[in-house]
Amino acid sequence: MSDRYSLNKNLAQMLKGGVIMDVTTPEQAKIAEEAGACAVMALERIPADIRAAGGVSRMSDPKMIKGIQEAVSIPVMAKCRIGHIAEAQILQAIEIDYIDESEVLSPADDLYHVDKTKFDVPFVCGARDLGEALRRIAEGASMIRTKGEPGTGDVVQAVRHMRKINAEMRRVQSLRDDELYEAAKEYRVPVELIKYVHENGKLPVVNFAAGGVATPADAALMMQLGAEGVFVGSGIFKSGDPKKRAAAIVKAVTNYNDPKVLAELSEDLGEAMVGINESEIKIIMEERGQ
Amino acid sequence: MKIGVLALQGAFEEHIKMLSQLNAESIELRQLKDLQQDLDGIIIPGGESTVISKLLDDLNMREALLNKINNEKLPVFGTCAGLIMMSQNTEDPKAVPLGLMECTAKRNAYGRQLGSFSTTAEFDGIGGIPMVFIRAPYIKEASKNVDILSTVDGKIVAARQGRFLATAFHPELTDNTCVHKYFLDMITESK
Repeated sequence: MSDRYSLNKNLAQMLKGGVIMDVTTPEQAKIAEEAGACAVMALERIPADIRAAGGVSRMSDPKMIKGIQEAVSIPVMAKCRIGHIAEAQILQAIEIDYIDESEVLSPADDLYHVDKTKFDVPFVCGARDLGEALRRIAEGASMIRTKGEPGTGDVVQAVRHMRKINAEMRRVQSLRDDELYEAAKEYRVPVELIKYVHENGKLPVVNFAAGGVATPADAALMMQLGAEGVFVGSGIFKSGDPKKRAAAIVKAVTNYNDPKVLAELSEDLGEAMVGINESEIKIIMEERGQ
Repeated sequence: MKIGVLALQGAFEEHIKMLSQLNAESIELRQLKDLQQDLDGIIIPGGESTVISKLLDDLNMREALLNKINNEKLPVFGTCAGLIMMSQNTEDPKAVPLGLMECTAKRNAYGRQLGSFSTTAEFDGIGGIPMVFIRAPYIKEASKNVDILSTVDGKIVAARQGRFLATAFHPELTDNTCVHKYFLDMITESK
């Protein structure tokens, strides 16, 4: 394992127990930082608006990302399209702290993901199941998140993905050693990664929840299901009182196991994002990049 | 020995693992009531100092934590964000330190993630140890009451003032338990 890869996995460890918030302007980035975000995701439009706008969605303007880098002292992440090597190179050139190779943007390649081992900056990638998670790790991702269904305010897919990844890991743990080779074929991943999961019962990198988290209770739910931290996209700046909601979600992630605390901080947060049900949406982003 | 590990945000589990390797018990400190327990020392982990600082205030833990440290003369060990929180001055109003050590911490002193690095350097009283720096701070200035335990490229990366120990790097991310052992020895000495 290269030194750089290990440092990149280490940065994700520092983000654990924290909330990473989508922001579109330096002002929002400052609000997020003041509310206790452990990192921000700089993007031109939050997923809910990407969904509403339709069309092709691309990497954000580097100037806009730089504006956010200057506005805050916490790590700044940004998204590139799945398989878009050049967008990833551009983000590395502006010294981004983490690249999200994201299904939220329109995929640039319908077959291949970016070979993330060729980069010095870290990558986080979405996954719906153990196979996807381990394939992304094999390609060099140093952090995983559930895909969820971004921009919906509906947490059901994130729950489904987190439960599936964890259930599949429990299954791999229960296999006999001589069954792991077949499991590697079944999940379409290198056997070394299957062996890691078999021995440790967890992914070799940090695993966050993402997609549809809109309330402190949603965040606590994902943490109880085994997430090590939470991404909140549209849930904050599409709500009535972003500052208050953001701070409440941060506290909910720290005290996800204490219903009394959760009850207190769920009070009086104003309007949550309206959201759309999974049955009402036309574009299913989670199916992008498998 | 029972160590309270501040578990508001960041890499606190890594510290807990280190402590268990050294047969020390850990208690996660997540809210005010967790501070009522009997403790022999406290660890402030790596993470984001702005988040840890804000949560200390939002969860009404700052004053109680300081009182506990001061009244019970508890030894404290901080790594990375923990070092920032232990300093007197962070030069950033968003990361309000606890002011335990007479020093100024410079946040993100090595720049962004591309500036993160690992190295091996001398630690006074231990010898050469692996050091992992992740978007790390260093100690920019320290009073004469602060003992400098390690420097890398001329910058102070580990220091001690009485029962307080701080490192800019993350011993908890390596397999080397020496610095944690050093802290547990400090606790034993202080009794």
